[in-house]
Amino acid sequence: MAGPSHLPLGAMSVLAWRNLWRNHRRTVIMLLAIAIGVWAMIFMTALMRGMVDQMIKDGIDALPGLVQVHHPDFRDDPSIDHRIPEPGPQLRKDLEASGVTGWTARVRVPAMISSERNSRGVTLLGVDPRGEIALGFDPESIVEGRFLESRDDNGLVVGRKLLERLETRLGKRVVVMSQDPENNIADRGFRVVGVYRAKLSGLEESFVYGGLETVQALLGVPGEVSEIAITGEDYRQVDPLYRQVSGVFGTDPEILQWTELDTYLGMMLKMMDGFVLVWLVVIFLALSFGLVNTLMMAVFERVREIGLMQALGMKPSTILYQILLESLMLLALGLLIGNILAIATILPVRDGIDISSVAEGMEMMGVSSVLYPALKLKDLLMANAVVIVLGILTSLMPAWRASQYRPVEAIAKT
Amino acid sequence: MTLSLRMAWRNLWRHKRRTWLTATAMIFSNVLLIFMISLQLGSYDMMINNTLQAFSGHLQVQQAGYNDNPKLRTSIPNAQALADRARQALPGFRVTARAAAFALASSEQRSFGIQVTGVQPEFEPGVSTLPGLVSEGRFLQDPDAAEIVIGSVMARNLKVETGDELTLLGSGRDGSFAAGVVTVIGIFDSGSNDMDRSFAEVPLNYFQETFAMDGHGSSIAVSVDNLEQIPAAVTAMENLVRDGNGLVVLDWNALHPGLQQAIKADFASAWFMYGVLIVLVAFSVLNTQLMSVLERTREFGVITALGIKPGKLASLVMLETVLMSAIGLVIGVFLGTLVALYFNTNGFSYPGMEEAAERFNLPGDVYPSVSAIALLLGPVVVFMFCLLASIYPALRLFRLRPVEAMRAV
Amino acid sequence: MAEIKCVELCKNYQQGDAVIKALDHVTLEIRQGSFMCLSGPSGSGKTTLLNMIGGLDELDSGAISIDGERVDQLGKSALADLRLHHIGFVFQAYNLIPVLTARENVEFVMQVQGVPPGERKRKAMDILREVGLEGMEHRRPAELSGGQQQRVAVARAIVSQPKLVLADEPTANLDSHSAAHLMQLFCELNQAHGVTFLISTHDERVMRYAKRLIRMQDGKVIDDREQVPS
Repeated sequence: MAGPSHLPLGAMSVLAWRNLWRNHRRTVIMLLAIAIGVWAMIFMTALMRGMVDQMIKDGIDALPGLVQVHHPDFRDDPSIDHRIPEPGPQLRKDLEASGVTGWTARVRVPAMISSERNSRGVTLLGVDPRGEIALGFDPESIVEGRFLESRDDNGLVVGRKLLERLETRLGKRVVVMSQDPENNIADRGFRVVGVYRAKLSGLEESFVYGGLETVQALLGVPGEVSEIAITGEDYRQVDPLYRQVSGVFGTDPEILQWTELDTYLGMMLKMMDGFVLVWLVVIFLALSFGLVNTLMMAVFERVREIGLMQALGMKPSTILYQILLESLMLLALGLLIGNILAIATILPVRDGIDISSVAEGMEMMGVSSVLYPALKLKDLLMANAVVIVLGILTSLMPAWRASQYRPVEAIAKT
Repeated sequence: MTLSLRMAWRNLWRHKRRTWLTATAMIFSNVLLIFMISLQLGSYDMMINNTLQAFSGHLQVQQAGYNDNPKLRTSIPNAQALADRARQALPGFRVTARAAAFALASSEQRSFGIQVTGVQPEFEPGVSTLPGLVSEGRFLQDPDAAEIVIGSVMARNLKVETGDELTLLGSGRDGSFAAGVVTVIGIFDSGSNDMDRSFAEVPLNYFQETFAMDGHGSSIAVSVDNLEQIPAAVTAMENLVRDGNGLVVLDWNALHPGLQQAIKADFASAWFMYGVLIVLVAFSVLNTQLMSVLERTREFGVITALGIKPGKLASLVMLETVLMSAIGLVIGVFLGTLVALYFNTNGFSYPGMEEAAERFNLPGDVYPSVSAIALLLGPVVVFMFCLLASIYPALRLFRLRPVEAMRAV
Repeated sequence: MAEIKCVELCKNYQQGDAVIKALDHVTLEIRQGSFMCLSGPSGSGKTTLLNMIGGLDELDSGAISIDGERVDQLGKSALADLRLHHIGFVFQAYNLIPVLTARENVEFVMQVQGVPPGERKRKAMDILREVGLEGMEHRRPAELSGGQQQRVAVARAIVSQPKLVLADEPTANLDSHSAAHLMQLFCELNQAHGVTFLISTHDERVMRYAKRLIRMQDGKVIDDREQVPS
């Protein structure tokens, strides 16, 4: 570009910069428009990312785990008939080898819970408390009493909402009824030892936690479980974990990733990049009309000057670069302001935006009532790249028109 | 055409390309807004209708407190009689009485906790779509029979078919032990996994007998033909239950606060995006009109020198904006309507919609709503913002000094 | 060096319904080192002829060559190079780039030619001094009078010593003192460096300086004669 018969970049920049500020009102308005557009791109993307991240994290915690191992028929018919053996010592060692940050084996059966006054259908989980915590159960979410303490804990931990529905209290006895593999009713009284609160209140009503060995004894399936849940480092990259787990468990049980366990969540993750790109491009398009207009006006006002530059020996391509450089400066400046604005508005709310006024509605979508914007470098770069690349492409049209003026017409114009 | 209108129109076309570019920005956002808003409203309507028509109805009469905490004891005395009176009071609407309880349902092989609802076989189909979704066997007919209709997933989990028997165990309204044996006569397939897994219906009379209801019911559900009739229906029902034992009338907002909030949340986040779009278009207009005023400084100077007041010039500039925005409005609404109409007949779907639809109880295709509000709301807001944007350029004319202006190039 | 040959140049312009014959079979030869004036009423084709020779406009028919090279057959880019290195332009008005100072305007062409900054600055300062604008090099065009602007344009046109200077009504906006000053400058350059000057004008004061005077009317050359400059 800086060949002998082109204007050197430095001189071109000086010219572009000064030209930019010849009509400072127009430039300021366009800069504002670009800055607002870029701000909206980044801010909105961060909100969307934050929402989906939260949804996926909460969803994975509720599953729980990134990968689950079941009897092949369990998902279709989640009864105690479809169970698998608890991992033995060798399997445990294999599991704890690498990549796995936590795992747990649990019994999971449909059950009926009754207090003196009410009954509800629930899902009874027989869990190892340590494993459960490793898989994302937050001990902080126990609002009354305590969480289970061991695999053979006799107590029962229930959700706050369920306790309300059952009209009972911490410390009271409830009866849990389910079925053993021989189709006999298996029932047992439990004392409610803890009450938990979930981010999504739907979960509070459906899951009750008992000690693994206690539940196994109730159902008469010692040493057997319904599912093994395994978690790893990053929910975006489950394939290595999946391969490792498959290697450990072989092909007999069904091994599924979270994206298959909850297809809606999986779809959200997949769709997200597409949504972000569409949003960026739509905002850019809304900007582009103003951009083209601004450049066209700038060119139109300077027709005579462009003719003069051609008479002085500037090639058409030099004129083209000149206009593009001016556009690039406008875009870069707008991007700079937009990025600063976006970061300045996202940082103060990074600890969460309270959206509890629409909490129940958000819960329908699987979102909890505090939104954490997630500003990702990737999105930031993408927004900037979209504006620069499409911006330059858009500017090509007015720039090319400017370079195609016939000098004599340009000069004759008054 | 008045002279100033003619002048404004001609001025607009002095910079054809610029005017078109600005108008195109408006057209672009108008079409996009119409498409998005009609799609949104369309899917809200579907969400509301699917949710309400599936089971709950548009409004319900309940004992106060039942909706927050549905207990068997929080009940309506003489439910059938109240439903009859409601039917007489609201001839146009469909009314049914219900009672609901949790029970353990056991087949020969399996037991599950389920929700059993007692319904009036004669009136239930008017309020709920569920009876129409029975895919095997038939819906309830005899108001007293020991029969049950269950969801398809439940049937699979319990390993039962039509004709098999189920044992229901639970507790009655008075706290007594409640038990009954019912025959599966129908299996429905609603498409909603939750309903198909845990929902069952028996005749109301049978339910009241089994659960010791003593003539009580849990709710009276009312269904109307369109959402606009709801306030009238609510008033009529309120008159009916005014002095009746703490009964309340709840419309769908109260029955499904989540639904309304989901719509509000979705609408709010969508309007953030629309707002950005509209502001950007307004900036485009601001820029165009400011340029058009600045480049005519000399001309305006001459006109002012002739004795025309700046207010007149300002209104000329506003008129130009009105004309330009009107072009954007008319073409935008025209194209936007075409787009909305196309998808209104053919349906709209995007990748991943099926999973979302399943989650929100929607069909896989959305049909945008083609109503005046869906088609005009966005474009009218764009129009107004464009006018707002031209105020600054118009105000600049009041600062015009004729002599300086004429000297300007 | 610069020998210009024009053969049977024709150019028509459409204006409304009428066709204006701006150049009507013009044939002309200009020798290196000429100091030549084109005169004639408005619309006689003077400016068109200058534009054609400078490669700013396209011919309908005919041929122009400078030093044997066919200008009318060059592409846009090659024409730009030709103008950059060998031709200096001075127009009637709007000669300068408004966002650049007087010195930057003069340096502009040299920048494109790739002249090193130090040399560029020295040459620009020298030439500005020569045209009497010392001390004004940091002013932008809007801060200069019409005559001063014109002198900056001349400075720019001659700073890189082109073979040919094309000047279109260079004195039209100047008072007589400035006009005389400008013409003396042209004469000096012509004599000292052998630069060919082709000046269109209908100013009698300018024509006096010419060694050769061509009169045009309706796109035709009606008179072509040598004269002794007075």
